[in-house]
Parts: sequence; C-alpha cells; structure tokens
Amino acid sequence: MARLTPAAAGANTAPMDFPRGRALDWQRLIACGTMVAGFSALAACVNVNAPAEPIVIELNVNIKQEVLYRLVDSAEENIEENPEIF
Amino acid sequence: MPATGKTFRNIAAALLAAGALATVASPAFAQRDPAYAAGRANGTIGEKMDGYLGFVGNPSSDLKKLVNDLNIRRKASYADRARAQGVTIEEFAFTQGCLLIARTAPGEKYQAPDGSWQTRGSGPARVDPRCPAAG
Repeated sequence: MARLTPAAAGANTAPMDFPRGRALDWQRLIACGTMVAGFSALAACVNVNAPAEPIVIELNVNIKQEVLYRLVDSAEENIEENPEIF
Repeated sequence: MPATGKTFRNIAAALLAAGALATVASPAFAQRDPAYAAGRANGTIGEKMDGYLGFVGNPSSDLKKLVNDLNIRRKASYADRARAQGVTIEEFAFTQGCLLIARTAPGEKYQAPDGSWQTRGSGPARVDPRCPAAG
C-alpha cells in the first residue's frame, strides 16, 4: 500500500519534464528564427544575382543565329546538288 | 622521288580545280519533270513554309503521286543534311523552305507566314520572320 505514494511522486516528475520540453521549444524557435533570417538573406542574394540572366539569353540568341546561317549554306548547296527535286 | 610527289600534287590540284569549275559552271538549272514544272507555273503546286510542296487546289492523281514522290526525296535530303549539321529534320526543312519561298518565280504560289497561299509578284516573297536573310 505504501507503494501508492511513489506513484504520486511519479506524477511530480511530469511537471519537471514539461519545462524541459518548453525549453526545447524556445531553442527550436530561435533556430527557426535564425533559419528564416538566413533564408531571407539568401533570397536577397538571389535578387542581386538576377541581372545576370538577360546576358545568358542574349548568348543563346547568338548561338541560334549562327546555326541558322550554317543551315542556309547547306540548304543552298542542297538546291544546287538536287535541282530536280526543288 | 620528290619529282613524282610534285607531279602527283599537280595532278591532284588540277583535278580539284576542274571539280570546282564543274560545280560553279553547273547553274541551278531546274531539271524539273515537265508535269511538275507545269504545276508550279499554273499555280496548282506551291512551296510551303515547312520546306515541302503543297497543293493549292485539287490535283490530279498523277500530279499528286509526282509531288508526294518529290516530297519524299526532299525529306531524305533534309534528313541527311540535318544529321550532318546536328539539327532536327524540321529545323533544316524550315530553313530550306525559307530559301525555296524566297526563290519562287513571279506567278508561282507560296505559303505566307499566316498560312495562306500567295502568288509571287515582282517584289520579294513574304517569308517567316524567323527565316535567316537569304543570300
């Protein structure tokens, strides 16, 4: 019968666990805050890099034009070599 | 030994020059089938934007057969050259179409960028804006 009281003592340990859990929550909040701050800092970096994109597009256009000119020569040759099908 | 090497080189050079002359001398003489030439002249056959021939009206079955055969041979030539250039057949055929439309003779039919059939006048043909400037 005396064993019943330790059960109550066991119940006392629960509040002791609770603050520990809360402390973890605080740590998590701080960690999350740091991560959010970090991400927003990263986002700012991406915005700074954005102006580099149009240059890449211009390069692609140049390569395309080069290919088209190369095709024109071959197409011209095709007409000269196979006049009966054109 | 050096003499024979020199002679060989001279012969090779002469052959190359002759070959180059032959290529330059043979103009784009349209060695067209008479029925095909007539179809182009009377406007039943036109040049499409995709590099192939199309019918403007209802062709006779003989003319249809002839044009289908020409289109198959055109496609074979496009496939060879597209592979050599590392592009798709469609890309090459489109470029060829730009040239062929630009070279239609006055009175011949061609497909305009909006897809409609046009008769080539004395001025330049209406080609797709993607067409590279034909030389």
